Amino acid sequence: MIEAVAIQNPKSKIDMHEVSVMQSALEIALEHMRRQNAARIHRIHMRVGALSSVVPEALEFAFDVVTHGTPAEGATLEIERVPAVCRCPACQIEFEPDGYFYECPQCGSLNVEIRRGRELELAFLEVS
Amino acid sequence: MKEAATETESRQVVEVNEGILSKNDVFAARNRSLFNATGLLVLNVLSSPGSGKTAFIERTLTDLRGRLRGAVIVGDLATDNDAKRIARSGAPAVQITTGDMCHLEAEMVGKAAGQLNLDDLDVLIIENVGNLVCPSGYDLGENLRVVLLAATEGEDKPLKYPVMFKTADVVIVNKMDIAEAAGFDRATALDNIRRIAPQAVIFEVSARTGQGMQQWYDWLEQRRAQM
Ligand SMILES: Nc1nc2c(ncn2[C@@H]2O[C@H](COP(=O)(O)OP(=O)(O)O)[C@@H](O)[C@H]2O)c(=O)[nH]1
Ligand SMILES: [Mg+2]
Ligand SMILES: [Zn+2]
Repeated sequence: MIEAVAIQNPKSKIDMHEVSVMQSALEIALEHMRRQNAARIHRIHMRVGALSSVVPEALEFAFDVVTHGTPAEGATLEIERVPAVCRCPACQIEFEPDGYFYECPQCGSLNVEIRRGRELELAFLEVS
Repeated sequence: MKEAATETESRQVVEVNEGILSKNDVFAARNRSLFNATGLLVLNVLSSPGSGKTAFIERTLTDLRGRLRGAVIVGDLATDNDAKRIARSGAPAVQITTGDMCHLEAEMVGKAAGQLNLDDLDVLIIENVGNLVCPSGYDLGENLRVVLLAATEGEDKPLKYPVMFKTADVVIVNKMDIAEAAGFDRATALDNIRRIAPQAVIFEVSARTGQGMQQWYDWLEQRRAQM
């Protein structure tokens, strides 16, 4: 399992950033597991925004590393990708930007708010 | 068989809906209220390695000596001597040895700030780890994010790191003294920055020769006065 991921990841070195993010996610998950008086985590569902600076593939690899020997070992990791969504306050419309510049497709304004895409969240768990 | 069925039945879904960096956000909020209580202006300085963060901070604090009381918290790799370089400006410098960390976290900054006498300061400058990706999601409790790029890095730099540039309050284009020699397309660079980060104030400077630094100082002093 780990080997297959390692082949997809030619860097061969694991990404420290995603390991530290995954470590934080696991700590939150274990805390919630204990609060339920549960002993095992079977599934972890995360939301990862396009602007979160986290690479989902690297998170998956980090997941196997950090869960090893914990109550979440062997659990399924589900990553829900959240696209960037902006809002133009002048036109009052929401849009998914394409490309680098977040330009309102209606009026061309660059003065837009980022509404979604920064998410890096633990959504829910399945425990027993 | 029976056991497995029981186990599956006893599984339950637990709603969490918690930010994974929420612990960092708590420390950042704590830092911010500590900093605000003393009227301190706090900058988080970010760039790729070698863009000139240390040189820029060093020059700023040297030139503003007697006008602004500054201190620095610097995220240092073990091999760097940034804290020593900054200390030459006369400003107190606290080093955070980051090892292979790719970003600073609010908790480390809070601890480092504990070594400074915040009441005696006007400005606290945090030199983040040289990285334009990983630090973007970590609030340190700063008032302003200052993102640097060097003219030698090319005009498409903001396009390669849009997420970081979108969080910038200030963009510093450094090494303008060698921009021409490096074939830097200034107009395209400024256009890229303005379109990626329309919220940011832009300064074109050289931390080496000092060109353009005066406009930055004037702006910084004005911001500090608003605190
Ligand atoms: N020509 C020129 N070199 C600079 C300038 N600012 C920094 N440097 C040089 O760029 C290198 C990296 O600078 P440093 O401050 O250590 O970058 P940091 O890694 O971002 O902290 C050093 O050799 C500096 O002397 C500048 O404005 N012009
Ligand atoms: Mg440095
Ligand atoms: Zn519009």
